[in-house]
Amino acid sequence: MYIKDAPVILSAEAITKQFPGVLANDKVNFDLRKGEVHTLLGENGAGKSTLMNVLYGLYKPDSGHIHIDGKPVTFTSPKDAIANGIGMVHQHFMLIPVFTVAENIMLGSETTRNGVLDIRAVSKQVRELSHTYGLDVDPDALVQDLPVGIQQRVEIVKALYRKANILILDEPTAVLTPQEADDLFQIIRRLTEQGVSIVFISHKLKEVLAISDRVTVMRTGKVVGTTTPQEVNEAKLAAMMVGREVILKVDKKPAKPGEPVLSVSDFSVMDSRGVEVVKKISFEVRSGEVLGIAGIQGNGQTELAEALTGLRKVHGGRVILNDKESTGRPPRQLIENGLGHVPEDRQRHGLVLPFAIADNMMLCTYYQEPFAQKGVLQNQAIDANSRKLIEQFDVRTPSPYVSAGKLSGGNQQKVIVARELSRPIRLLVANQPTRGLDVGSIEYIHHEIIDMRDKGIGVLLISAELDEIMALSDRIAVMFRGEIVATLPAAEANREQLGLLMAGATHK
Amino acid sequence: MEWKRFGFIAFIIVALFSIVVLIGQARDPIPTIIISMAATTISVATPLTLGALSGVFSERAGVVNIGIEGMMLTSAFFGWFGAIYFNTILKFEAMPSLILGVVIAVLAGALMGLLHAALSITFKVDQVIGGTVINILAIGITGFFNRQLFFEKNSIFGGNVPHAPGTLPSVGQVPFLANVPILSNLQPIAILAIVLVFISTFVLFRTRWGLRTRAVGEHPRAADTVGINVSFMRYVNVIISGCLAGLAGAYFTLESVPSFEPLMTNGRGFISLAAMIFGNWTPLGAWAASLVFGAAQALQINLQFYRELIPPSLSLLQYPYIVGLTPYILTMLILTGIIGRTVSPAADGQPYEK
Repeated sequence: MYIKDAPVILSAEAITKQFPGVLANDKVNFDLRKGEVHTLLGENGAGKSTLMNVLYGLYKPDSGHIHIDGKPVTFTSPKDAIANGIGMVHQHFMLIPVFTVAENIMLGSETTRNGVLDIRAVSKQVRELSHTYGLDVDPDALVQDLPVGIQQRVEIVKALYRKANILILDEPTAVLTPQEADDLFQIIRRLTEQGVSIVFISHKLKEVLAISDRVTVMRTGKVVGTTTPQEVNEAKLAAMMVGREVILKVDKKPAKPGEPVLSVSDFSVMDSRGVEVVKKISFEVRSGEVLGIAGIQGNGQTELAEALTGLRKVHGGRVILNDKESTGRPPRQLIENGLGHVPEDRQRHGLVLPFAIADNMMLCTYYQEPFAQKGVLQNQAIDANSRKLIEQFDVRTPSPYVSAGKLSGGNQQKVIVARELSRPIRLLVANQPTRGLDVGSIEYIHHEIIDMRDKGIGVLLISAELDEIMALSDRIAVMFRGEIVATLPAAEANREQLGLLMAGATHK
Repeated sequence: MEWKRFGFIAFIIVALFSIVVLIGQARDPIPTIIISMAATTISVATPLTLGALSGVFSERAGVVNIGIEGMMLTSAFFGWFGAIYFNTILKFEAMPSLILGVVIAVLAGALMGLLHAALSITFKVDQVIGGTVINILAIGITGFFNRQLFFEKNSIFGGNVPHAPGTLPSVGQVPFLANVPILSNLQPIAILAIVLVFISTFVLFRTRWGLRTRAVGEHPRAADTVGINVSFMRYVNVIISGCLAGLAGAYFTLESVPSFEPLMTNGRGFISLAAMIFGNWTPLGAWAASLVFGAAQALQINLQFYRELIPPSLSLLQYPYIVGLTPYILTMLILTGIIGRTVSPAADGQPYEK
């Protein structure tokens, strides 16, 4: 391909960046050719974001050099990076929801006439850019009214408006539906045709192989190697990323569903603003099966999980858990009825971060024997319980008395899973159980979920990751705007069909 | 601003005016009563309007400012002291002394703003605590200097409270404004406050400075990534906030009455914050809300002229202290949100960590 001969426009040599206790980048080399898509692949904490923040001027490297078009540059703030043609689309968008598209795009590089913001001139320029690159955006729309995919386009236009010819896309598909991701890939191709070079950051192997010209893999702050999609496959990339062989497919036997452990009928829930976001839905989870709820974030899944677990008021309908009336009951009663819950936000709702691991591991049942007797905590029992679970669930910690906040995301999640699964539960509600975890931890959590299913527990799995839903579920329900638009056996579902349903296409 | 809110404001103002008109019409012609109420309303709303603008600038940039009360009090004292100093010690004429007093009040406010900015931006002190510190500090500073400068035998004024140079005259003194109703009764800071409402609206919503100010108050990281200096923007806006609170302070001692009393701001800084919230963090909305409070206070003032005309069935209105509760009751009513919720800037009160 011609890319191989294209000139190098950006190169980073021996970038080293030390944070207290962590060597985030250790003599990292990276280069980017004109018009190519160069992927940076690695697990959380591998150092990808640090490197990109160095290239974007947000961090100052301890040592190392950056060259643009062969000339050495030093960045003290994003301003310098922008001036050198670097644009970045952050994973969490850097857009102001209450501003219009035009206001967001011009912010920091405003056009004024006699001291007054010249919105019209900016809008005109945005329309021209939209036209040139096929990025359709309405400059007068408020950002908060736009779907996530369009917000991402606004971010790209924002970079192009600043004359970026190098675009850093930080995990751009994490928030997109499969269709939106396809649209993004088309945009990326059009951009590269126009001579824009792209740094693509991801940990999703499939898409990396689909979009990249070259792939550089990072692990624990170091570059493991640079390769091309032609030379590798998913398994090889995963092994480079993790440092060992990884089983990507979840092995599972066919489900043996039994009696329903959860049945929900005409269930309605409101969000905090009083808008009905779960609209009269009905479904069942049987013992020994995984029901996956697929859907783009923000279609009512969060509120559904909160209402089912007693954390949010039920607005209408009926819930039967383990043959007991459970509509709108408080969490403790639901827990005693056999509910286990792995919440969406593990740091806010799953753990008390300043508490020791040992205490976090008995948060649901602290008031029961053996953890308490006559209202007094029994430290011996608490200690024994935590040591047993730490070993059983492979939590990596020097002691049970380390505070939960000091653990990595994967180990925090293991603490929650250990607490929930060590109780005699009948139903597990797992909301985004692997979000933000590395491949190794994902593998572990998936294995545990299937294990519980095989022991006869019903699992309600809520996830925005389609791959996860497809790998674990026996049946898949798709949520769109608060309704279940389709329920299908996992064996009959395919990505395209689910993607369309998640985007609101009606089920035939 | 939404119609519901605007309608509520108009309704309350009309209702308060009507009470005075109904009682007073037995003695005075209705237009006279309305003009007098309007002038009083605008005048007593002045410190609230300026205080609310002060809050708008600070909070739009993401810094909660509950120290407005203390900033006002400090400025009221030092503005007054400055005017007397220029007048009695340096033998300036009354008018230049008063104007220099206003300048000193604004500078004192700016210094208090700088202090609040340093506490909340550089040292990342909890902004509510920082504001409280300023309020307490203001009581201490003004009380101390008031005693030391005016009531100690060896002070520069020799232990006698000096004769104050009066207050800023109403603009009716200017020949061609003498016959304009309402306006001719107003004094310069009251008029300046109204002008500042419109200037603030323009600056916040039509200029680069305003766009960046709102950006750092909504999503400072987004502003940072496009090269905006978040700390600088916040510092300057909090200092602007201090200046506006300082001008409000000048109103108390240089425009309203020619004297300083300890604690004389009497909660106006806090009512300003209520006005800012009710006005949804916009200058125009904050002004409208300030006028409601102003009208409530004007009711209390004007009813005293007509005290003997109050019918026995409304005898409650004869007690000025009960009528004087109106602004505070309104504040509570408004803050409960029954007249519609308001949305604060998203990053209001959060220190920015890089």
